[in-house]
Amino acid sequence: MSDALATTPLRLALVGSPNSGKTTLFNALTGLRARVGNYPGVTVERREGETDIEHRRVFVLDLPGTYSLDPISADERVVTEVLAGHVSGVAAPDGLVVVADACTLERSLLLVGQVLRLAIPTCLVVTMVDELHARGGRLDLEQLERALGVPVVGVVGHKGIGLDVLRHRLGHPERWTQPLLPPPADAAGRAAWAESILASVLRQRPGSHRATDAIDRWVLHPVFGSLLFALVMVTFFQLIFAWAVPAMDAIDAFFAAAGDWVRGALPAGVVADFVAEGLFGGVGSVLVFVPQIFLLFAVLHALQDLGYMARAAFVVDRAMGRVGLEGRCFVSLLSSYACAVPGIMATRTIPSPTQRLITILVAPLMTCSARLPVYALLIGTFVPAQTVLGPLGLQGLVLLGLYLMGALTALVAAALMRRTILPGEGLPFYMELPPYRIPPARLWLHQTWASVWAFLRRAGTIILAVTAVLWVLLHVPRADVPADVAPERAAAIQLERSVAGRLGHALEPAIAPLGFDWKIGVGLVASLAAREVIVSTLGQIYAATDEDASLREAIRRDARPDGSPVFTPATVASLLVFFVFALQCMSTLAVMRRETNSWRWPAFAFAYLLALAYGASFATHKLVGAWLG
Amino acid sequence: MKMNFISPSLPAMAAAAPEPASTPLLRLSELAPGRRGVIVALDAEGPIGARLGDLGFVPGTEIAVIRRAPLGDPTVYALRGCELAIRRSEAERIRVRVEPGA
Repeated sequence: MSDALATTPLRLALVGSPNSGKTTLFNALTGLRARVGNYPGVTVERREGETDIEHRRVFVLDLPGTYSLDPISADERVVTEVLAGHVSGVAAPDGLVVVADACTLERSLLLVGQVLRLAIPTCLVVTMVDELHARGGRLDLEQLERALGVPVVGVVGHKGIGLDVLRHRLGHPERWTQPLLPPPADAAGRAAWAESILASVLRQRPGSHRATDAIDRWVLHPVFGSLLFALVMVTFFQLIFAWAVPAMDAIDAFFAAAGDWVRGALPAGVVADFVAEGLFGGVGSVLVFVPQIFLLFAVLHALQDLGYMARAAFVVDRAMGRVGLEGRCFVSLLSSYACAVPGIMATRTIPSPTQRLITILVAPLMTCSARLPVYALLIGTFVPAQTVLGPLGLQGLVLLGLYLMGALTALVAAALMRRTILPGEGLPFYMELPPYRIPPARLWLHQTWASVWAFLRRAGTIILAVTAVLWVLLHVPRADVPADVAPERAAAIQLERSVAGRLGHALEPAIAPLGFDWKIGVGLVASLAAREVIVSTLGQIYAATDEDASLREAIRRDARPDGSPVFTPATVASLLVFFVFALQCMSTLAVMRRETNSWRWPAFAFAYLLALAYGASFATHKLVGAWLG
Repeated sequence: MKMNFISPSLPAMAAAAPEPASTPLLRLSELAPGRRGVIVALDAEGPIGARLGDLGFVPGTEIAVIRRAPLGDPTVYALRGCELAIRRSEAERIRVRVEPGA
């Protein structure tokens, strides 16, 4: 091998349909160290990794999964444009590696047939050969190589079998043979071509995946399938809401203690306050989400890799179809119950661009966990803890009502957008139900961690920055408070005279029709960091010593100058409804911008949800006011 | 002339020959789970037709109805060695001939 050859990096691109084992192969080749970014101008994920093959640097590009080179979606268009060398910043690959599942080789050959017409050096990797053997199938790979005219290597990606042979061949695309004649151009001709090749290489057809067949008989059974679906959903909610709570409480307590420790260690003053409240409080309000987000991603990845998520999407597809969406949109909306940020990140699996956009735009209506502390404070303080029907309490019913209000509005909004601004593009719906598989634990943990890390990077940095900026706005300019005033009272005076306090007063005319005063206005501004921040902000405004007993007592007693209570039933109902609809979350807006590549859609989402929140709160205030006074 | 490529395991390709009166044409959506047929034609043009073709829904393909979703739609079909779910709206565009005895 000449030195020039050894130093010129090689560019290979992986092409294959979804579920072909492409990503597993990518990970096996590059060792789980992918650089993830976007292609210029579009929101398609770009995954690149590198490896050394026989002293030669090899860049491996993992192209989005595609069934065809005749693109109908943004993901697929990227594949064809990269292969043609039309994407700026992405050099045309020196060689293509087509990845095909041994068990569905006939279907994969339809894509191989298209790729072979490109006249780029191509190598076929047949994955999951072990599964083919387990199902009684026999495939003659040498004959396949002769029939196709290109190199063929069989591998078992997650076990590393066949990788040495593959790596050796990947290092030299200039030695790859090319077919004498290109496969037919039309779909029917290509199907016949694929059949003839398969007939000459498949010595024994694989039987059906028996376990999958047997499991699906129950999992997709009209009655048991629906029950299982309900059970999975209940467990899912239990997991992310109830079982994450102890860890969340512990993190909360830890950062409160850390803040106190800093206050003790630093000289008393603005710096100590900023570090204790602005920084530690900010980091705490990010990390408090981590147990829940970790559980969410661990469950989602497990369900995905096991093969259940595809079934769940299949089960709910008809219902989602009623509002112009499809089964895969449901998975994103489900994740949004923990937080809209991972929900919006999960929309990448939705093939249709308009359905993906609609899902992104309605995801903030799903009741995320940051709303819970707000609901808990208001419902716990103002809704009487009486039972209504048997074990059902009034407080629980109100909470359930808020959840339903968000979810139903999301569906109605999706249906309206489908009929007005985002009509369908007339794409066929199709999805594969992959065989049930037990994912390797290492890969599962790696994926979970990668997702949690992405959440921390995208949402965490914003929550932290907004919390720090808000702290400054709440404490600048410094107010001259007489020394004889109690410290809690002094903090409240400082707050009212701060930039944020003045902003609250300035907002008052706009929010007065909703029944909100300036203090709630400050809380609403602060909640832009994360919705739950309104609770700690109200705590500071009311000079409460703790968020439970004394804050509840303070807001219950708070009165307007004329002596009437600030938090009337009408105001409480109006504030709850406002939180159901309003998109007060900078992280969600930032992720929307990232995923849609412009500020246009986040601006639209913020505007329509604010209008909805304002209108609904106004109506609620009037109605409840007329009813309960 | 494409016929020559078809493996002998697919007598269905005789579909091009005059049709026996005993095997009526149906829409794929009309086939109940457990039944099999052979695709005869697609009533779909543009991207939908092209994509169904790329997925292997082309005339001459053997297809079996595996199961419907609990709500009745979509339905999983087995074709070309893999299982794929499509909705009724797409299945209605696919004309099939039921194999004798199936």
